[in-house]
Amino acid sequence: MTHHLPRLLAPLAALALAVTACTAGSSTAPAPAGSSATTAGGSSDRITLGLVAEPASLDFTKSDGAAIPQALLVNVYEGLVKLDQDGKIVPALATSWKVSDENKTYTFELTDKAKFTNGTAFTAADAVFSINRVKTDWTTSLKAAMDVVAEAKAISPTQLQVTLSAPSNDWLYRMTTHLGAMFSATGVDDLANKPIGTGPYTFTSWNRGDSITLTRNEAYWGTKPHYQSVVLKYFKDPTALNNALITNAINVVTTVQAPEALGQFTGNSKYQVIEGTTNGEVLLSFNNANEIFKDKRVRQAIRHAIDHKALMETCWAGKGTLIGSFVPPTDPWYEDLTGVTPFNKATATSLLTQAGKLGATLRLRVPTLPYAVSCGQVVKAQLEAVGLKVTLDQLEFPATWLEQVFRGGDFDMSIIAHVEPRDLKAVFGNPAYYTKYGTPEIQGLLKAADEGSVDEQTAKLKQVGRLLAEDAAGDVLFLLPNLMVADAGITGLPQNAIAVAFDLSKLGKR
Amino acid sequence: MLLRIAERTAVFLVSLGVSSALVFGFMVLLPGDPARVALGINATEVDVARLRAEFGLDRPLGEQYLSWTGGLVRADLGTSYISRAEIGPQIADRLQVSLILVAASMIIAVLLALPFGTLMAVHHRRASGVVLSAISQVGVAVPAFLAGILLISVFAVHLRWLPSGGWTPPAYDPGLFLRQLLLPALSLGLVQGAVLTRYVRSAVLEVLREDFLRTARAKGLTPLRALVRHGLRNAAVPVVTVLGLQLATLLVGAVVIERVFVIPGLGSLLLDNVGNRDLIVVQDVVMVLVVAVLLVNFVVDLLYLAIDPRLRTASR
Repeated sequence: MTHHLPRLLAPLAALALAVTACTAGSSTAPAPAGSSATTAGGSSDRITLGLVAEPASLDFTKSDGAAIPQALLVNVYEGLVKLDQDGKIVPALATSWKVSDENKTYTFELTDKAKFTNGTAFTAADAVFSINRVKTDWTTSLKAAMDVVAEAKAISPTQLQVTLSAPSNDWLYRMTTHLGAMFSATGVDDLANKPIGTGPYTFTSWNRGDSITLTRNEAYWGTKPHYQSVVLKYFKDPTALNNALITNAINVVTTVQAPEALGQFTGNSKYQVIEGTTNGEVLLSFNNANEIFKDKRVRQAIRHAIDHKALMETCWAGKGTLIGSFVPPTDPWYEDLTGVTPFNKATATSLLTQAGKLGATLRLRVPTLPYAVSCGQVVKAQLEAVGLKVTLDQLEFPATWLEQVFRGGDFDMSIIAHVEPRDLKAVFGNPAYYTKYGTPEIQGLLKAADEGSVDEQTAKLKQVGRLLAEDAAGDVLFLLPNLMVADAGITGLPQNAIAVAFDLSKLGKR
Repeated sequence: MLLRIAERTAVFLVSLGVSSALVFGFMVLLPGDPARVALGINATEVDVARLRAEFGLDRPLGEQYLSWTGGLVRADLGTSYISRAEIGPQIADRLQVSLILVAASMIIAVLLALPFGTLMAVHHRRASGVVLSAISQVGVAVPAFLAGILLISVFAVHLRWLPSGGWTPPAYDPGLFLRQLLLPALSLGLVQGAVLTRYVRSAVLEVLREDFLRTARAKGLTPLRALVRHGLRNAAVPVVTVLGLQLATLLVGAVVIERVFVIPGLGSLLLDNVGNRDLIVVQDVVMVLVVAVLLVNFVVDLLYLAIDPRLRTASR
């Protein structure tokens, strides 16, 4: 009789054996995220980077989200132009370009050496194809930046002429983002799974839920990168990401999600810690369409009520930059505007009293993102200290927050980092946007900046930044820092995260 | 016997139909629009509407439901809204990962629970039984994710004996596979093992008090031989029930452990796609989990018949 009990266990054991024998989790044949830093020899030319947000698709023409261009732009796809570390526009597939006197016609000289990974050569015809395709096939919001193009034509295989319907400084800038990615006219059939570009790396495999592997493009037309293979490994949990570096499963933590955890790396000679800036303005946004926010004194009172330094200390371990308006330090029109509405509780209370809004209740609805959740508490406490009532709730990000706050406008205040580069116009130049702001004055300045010379652009946008601070259109709590930790020997990591791409081709080893 | 199997099968099929409607209904109620999530915060209404049409979300709900379930019946799980990848192979791939994890955890749990539970029952009045019992109580109280975090901090971060997470296909590097599997399997297995131990203990205790066991001992068998020959089979019925429930809990509970250990299993597929509102993937994954749970219950029901001949007689 005793032989019956083990029989119950037999199916379990059989199941275990059966599945163990197969290659579970390997539909796309990944290499394991190896410890290239510790194993010497042949694997030393592989590097594994730990990132936080895995792309949902590889097709940035249909799917928004920073993770796709971060992985693919500059590395797999190249544009005509790209952004350098100082925020300057520099050549990529275009070796040079000329702008006509009225700022409307751009003539690009293209390299004749570049080749797509499907074997076809890159020519001006591909550039025309890529530019026109934005209008016909893209669905993401970024595509609107291409509306200004009246015509793109190939003058010769290495010469491209783009005519704009109106002058636009912004257009060339947007061409440094994935908007300007060059596709092969014969290589766009399966962008979500098989990206084809001219870049220094080729897409090799994507083990969904785990990692993307890129391999050096041995036929690359420019300087070939040091690492033969780059693994981008995605972590949902910030602690798991840090642990992976400590246990040598990865070489770089590209974004430290919990700045208070930096302590375990600083002062350790095995690691380097990089602190730079980003384009991510953490905005305490106001719903300016709401009655209470139509009174400028209320908006200013809120800015005066917030002790930004203490707030950044509490909710982001003091890492970040206080900027006072909506312009990051790497944009040419940056100026420090933290002094426009300095922290002063008495001023805040008196402004509220004048407005007759002392004791008013505001609904602060924050997305479930680490910085928003922790800053939300501090904002609530600081506003209540000057005589406002704040009800705080959290909405699942992205879906619920997008639905209720962003689209539904069902909020008084929210907190979100606007990470898109040069997004003054998108966030504060459009009354239909969720901030419900965009005075005719601001819109006029934005238009003039886009159409004027480079100097005029800088002057006008500086004015916009100041106006936004003075009019208290919202309150930038702080600028998110670029925090990275990496094995000490790795070189070429970007100090500032200001481009949409993470340039892997610059990485090397000491 | 046959009638009983037919009855169980019918219950299984009806449950499937009802759960598919429930799963679909919950997805409809979930706030958030997949097209808007895909297009991000600067998208215009026109773009969103266009993508909704591309996803087929503008069709009537009944039609969406029928096309989804129709696909399921043909074993066609559809194509993801956002990644445009076939869902079937993705789920198959992730399911294997989760099953390995669950199977390994279950083996650990059973290997712990059977000997210790029996020992605890036999020694329940002695100090050793009480100590074991107290330890298992602690095990029951600790959630698996906490066990996981503790195991990582001790064995991966401090001692550096094992990796802190990750997954390697067994065929690619069996050694690394086992090293990476050990901690997550232990996190789930220790906790489930503690729970199971409690059940084994009480089931054996129950059996020890039965008349037939006293009779067996009166025939001259030693206490242990009496328990092994006549007791364990009787204790097995409640234990198998719990084992089945636990198998289902494990499969679902692996979601959190997969996140803590960065394992690309079914759980992380589910969580990622809830975030992206890739509802078709979410529906499919939930349905797979539902089928797994129903199937486990179905098999457990059949196992009763195999273990306990009295049930067979009763149904005739």
